[in-house]
Parts: sequence; structure tokens; C-alpha cells
Amino acid sequence: MSENGHGVKFWPGNIVVAEAAVAAGCNFFAGYPITPSSEIAHQMSLLLPRGGGHFVQMEDELGAMGAVIGASLAGAKALTATSGPGMSLKLENLGFGYMVEAPCVVVNVMRGGPSTGLPTHPSQSDLMQARWGTHGDHPTIALAPAFHQEIFLETIRAFNLAEQFRMPVILLIDEVLGHLSEGVVPPERDAYEIVERAHDSGEPDKFLPYDVTAGDIPPFRPYFDGATWHTTGLNHDETGFPTTDAKHIQQDMYRHYRKVLGNRDVIDKVEYYMADDAEIGIVSFGSTARAAMAAVKQAREQGVKVGLLRPVTVWPFPKDQVYEFGRDKKYLIVPEFNLGQMVYEVERAVHFDRPIKRVNKVGGVPIYPSEILAAIEEVA
Amino acid sequence: MSVDYMPYVREEKLPHMWCPGCGIGVVMKSMIKAFEDLEWEPEDTAVISGIGCTSRLPGYMKVNTLHTTHGRAISFATGIKMHRSDKHVVVISGDGDASAIGGNHLIHAARRNIDLTVIVNNNHIYGMTGGQYSPTTPLGAKASTAPYGNLEPAFDLVKLLIGAGATFVARGHVGNGRQLASFIRKAFAHKGFSFVEVVSNCHTQFGRRNKMADPMNMVNWISDRAVSQKKWENMSAADQEKHFPVGVMFEDTEQAEYCERYEKLIAKLREEQPA
Ligand code: SF4
Repeated sequence: MSENGHGVKFWPGNIVVAEAAVAAGCNFFAGYPITPSSEIAHQMSLLLPRGGGHFVQMEDELGAMGAVIGASLAGAKALTATSGPGMSLKLENLGFGYMVEAPCVVVNVMRGGPSTGLPTHPSQSDLMQARWGTHGDHPTIALAPAFHQEIFLETIRAFNLAEQFRMPVILLIDEVLGHLSEGVVPPERDAYEIVERAHDSGEPDKFLPYDVTAGDIPPFRPYFDGATWHTTGLNHDETGFPTTDAKHIQQDMYRHYRKVLGNRDVIDKVEYYMADDAEIGIVSFGSTARAAMAAVKQAREQGVKVGLLRPVTVWPFPKDQVYEFGRDKKYLIVPEFNLGQMVYEVERAVHFDRPIKRVNKVGGVPIYPSEILAAIEEVA
Repeated sequence: MSVDYMPYVREEKLPHMWCPGCGIGVVMKSMIKAFEDLEWEPEDTAVISGIGCTSRLPGYMKVNTLHTTHGRAISFATGIKMHRSDKHVVVISGDGDASAIGGNHLIHAARRNIDLTVIVNNNHIYGMTGGQYSPTTPLGAKASTAPYGNLEPAFDLVKLLIGAGATFVARGHVGNGRQLASFIRKAFAHKGFSFVEVVSNCHTQFGRRNKMADPMNMVNWISDRAVSQKKWENMSAADQEKHFPVGVMFEDTEQAEYCERYEKLIAKLREEQPA
């Protein structure tokens, strides 16, 4: 890892994730080797024991997800990282994490798929998987930074949101971001906030693991903290024990949704680029948004009024922001490095009322600015 | 000495959901005896399970308990133990849960020699899901998915775990609760990965299909075949076929435990590079 003056680190995105995780207070990592995410595990295995944290390479992806949730319930700030096929494997235990409300962060360094696909090439085709991959109803928080500095800050934010809302948070990057080296200035410790999960401080023997009388997020108490408590992947009540009471279950599942949808002011994040007077709007995320920014700049030089909205929080999808951005646009363009996923959300956000041009690509070669520029010129 | 079970039981959760006469009760009783004997405080102890009849056991135990996904209990337990290696972590599992869907975690936790105790209630069948054959269903036995008799040879879990590197391996059975409790106690006290197979009865799903619908019939079928390891070794091959050995089958107290190795590494790095 080279350093070129004034605290600037020249790091691949995967290393940025690991360094930022440690900066966010992560003290546990469990993973399984998979390209193109493995460097996150490499770096965590190097960093964690130095600070008294623990790293383990598990025997499979499900095991890694299980160990992360176990550590979290024992009080750790836990991370796992994987890529497409590994994410598919993790999904069952990820659902368990939502059900028991275990804070943790799961990184998916996206590659081509389905199946083994393109291990060493990027894609953005796991966007919908992040939202709907595990079975059952649940809300999702997923963040998709596009620049290395942003990867650093969003990794910290992923941990903070996980802690604040007691749930797994997904960080989506892709092979381009994971392997590309770029300058990063790790912020000083006092320049960012570290959020800890709300801790139950009542009598240990009166502890109810899912007590939501004071709000939608039950105060947490790690294992071995004076109480003896139970939880399960079965639908459960405030005691953590299974229930089949339909009314309770429905209320509780809505509570899970409220945790996220009722706190969009903290969770939502979008960035705009040359959007103020734009007549043509582009909605794009992650590494593809970088190509879109280049295309916007070039089009602007030709006098075309085009601007970009870039969701950084991709789930929950920033539908209101996209509506505001998109409703008066002559045309919307949605470039994404897949065969069309985010475009469905954009269509819904603008009430199917705007013409939308898709720019899609698969096969491992990212979308070029020229391809997005061509789309702009077509609709301009 | 009489044992006070109640400090470890969630009384309010009783009656339990198991069939009358199910072997799981003997396992639970043996575990509590060992907890009490070793003076493990409930709040310093965690019992983790997967899915199945056996995996409902933690719900009745007044310790820290986690009922996880099918086959994955050991992985959750690994995370808990690594983060809090000063605490006691036990996994309770059925034969299908531990050795079919969870087989990978079982062998790797053993290889790692992490200080967990895994107890497998081996009743030779998937009880909860309706009597399908498991990796430990005897060859020829009937199951809901083996109506003509099981065509697959069974795992010998003890051999499997010794082969995988477990540093304590024992086998007991539900026909001898006192002996079982002593094996479980030894397993709990062992520093490193310990494994106890409990040959157990599911008369409802296994017994009913194999002419042992009454729990005592199935328990007797188990007890009659259980012999000490020494006795078993002196048997003819034909006799061995009809029996199984019980006892502490393997013990290695020399090998360093995984979390201890890790804590040593942390201490060494701290020394080299103080924070
Ligand atoms: S089905 Fe079998 S294992 Fe399950 S409770 Fe009944 S006897 Fe026990």
C-alpha cells in the first residue's frame, strides 16, 4: 500500500473497505475466499489481531455469515465480504440476521453472473438480489459508493446504520472499484461518528430481547451480559420465543419495515451532478455513475443540458428524490452494468410517466462514457 | 447427590414439545447435571442449536440460547466463542442437522480444535420433518423416504470426528443416563473441541417404522447393543456388527486450543507493536 504525501493512501477499493471497517470499530471478520472480494479478507486478517479483534476463514459462505451473526449477538461489530456466488450462499443466514436483528455488514464485490459467471470482471447485476435475495419479507439497507473516498465513508456509515437499526447492512461495490487503486485520505478519528447499538440497561433478569415499548428498535444486550435470553429464526415475540400469533407477527414485520422506511432521513443518500438546469436526467449508481459523470461533462461541453442523480443508498430506493429529479425531465437515461434492474425502480419512482432510455451491458467490460454520451445524443 | 435442575430450566416454557418418552429429555438432563457439577453459571453459558426436534432443546434451558438455521449452529457458535472465548459455548444438534446439512461445519470445527462441545442426539432419523432417512439411519432400516429399506450405509460419527481432528470424542446412549452425564461432563471440561454422540430414540418416527413404536422397545434396542469399547474390541466382526462401542473413544489434551492460539497471536502482536 503506497502513500503519496499528506496522508493520501493509494489503495484498491477492497483495501479501503477493510481499513474503513476497522476505523468504524469492526472487531470481527469471518469470510470465505472468493474473487474479486478476497483482498478484504486478506487485509482483515492482517489488521484485526493487531487491534485485539478476530478473523476467521470459515469452511463455507454460510458458515461465514453464521459466525458473523453469532459474534454480533455476543457484542462484536462484525463484517463479512463476498461476491456473487458467495452472496447467493449467504442468503439464508442473512435472512436469519434480519429476523434476529443482528447488526453486521455484508460486502458484495459484484462480478458477472449468474452462477460462476465472470469471477475477475465487474458487474452490477446483484442489485435486486441485495433487495430480494433471501426469502421472506424484510426491509433492506444497501449502500453503493462510487469513489474510493466514498467507499471509506460509506463503509463507516454501513456499520453505523447496522448498529443504529439493529440489522445487516449490505455494501455493494464491484470488481472495478474493488481492484482499482485510487487516492484516499482516511479521515481523522474525530472527523466521523461511530454509532453503537442502543444497550439495554435494565435489570438483567427482566431483560426482553425484543422489547419495543419505547420504540421500533429493541435495545440490545449481548450474550454473557448478566441476562440469559433466547432468540430464534422463527417468528418470535418480545421474549425472543416463537409465536404463531398472526396479529403479532404482522405487527412485528411492519415494525421491521418501519425501522427503515420511518428513518429515511438518516438512511437515504443521493448525489447530484450538474443537475440544476438539466432537461435530460441520468440515474446511475456505483462505478457506472462515474462513466455517466464523464458523459454528462462531455455533453454539457456540447451544450446539452443533462444532469445526473446518483443513489448512494440504493436500498431503500430513493424514490422521492428520483421523482423530484425526474418528473420534469424530457428524458431519463438509466445506465447500469446489467441487463436492467434499477430501471424498474426508476420507472416506478416517476410513475411510469417519463420516457426512459436504458443503457445496459454485460460481459465484463464496463459501460464507457462514450456509450452513455451516445444515448444522451439520441434523446437530446 | 441430588441435582437441582431448576436453575437451568425455563420453567415457564414447559410442558415441552417432545413426544412422551423421547430420548432428548435424557440428553437435556445430562447436560444440566454437568452444568451444575462444573458450576457453569447460566449467564456465562450459551447453548446453540440448528433445526429439528433436538434443536428445540435450548428453548427450555435457562442459559443464553440461540436457535439458528438448519445445520449451521456450529458456525454461529464459532463466532460467539471467538468473540467471547472466556465463556462456555455448547452446540446441541440432531443427526441430520449435524452430519448431513451441517457436516461441513462439524468436521471443520473439530479440525480447528475450537473449544466448543458439540452434542449430537443421534436418533437415526429426521424426526421433525416426518421420518426421512438421515446419514445415520442403519442400512436396511425403514424411513418415510426409504419405504423399501435404507440403501445408504450410515456414518460412524465417532470415527468421523476422530478423523476430523476432534480432541475429545465420546459416545453414550439414552439407556444409561448416569454414564452419559459423565461423558458430557468430561466433554464440557475438555479444553478444545469435544464431541459427544448420544445414541437416542425417536420411537415416533424411527421406531414406528421399524417395529419399535413403544419408546422402551427402542431404548432397549439401543441398550442391548451398547458395549464398552474394550468389550467391543474383543468381539468377532459378526458380533461387532450387532453392537456399538460406548465410552470416551478419543482424548488428546496436548493440542493447543484455537482461541488460545489466537489470543497468543494478539498478545504477541501487541508486544511487537504496542497500540
Ligand atoms: S419425533 Fe422423535 S425426536 Fe421428535 S420429539 Fe418425537 S420422539 Fe423425539
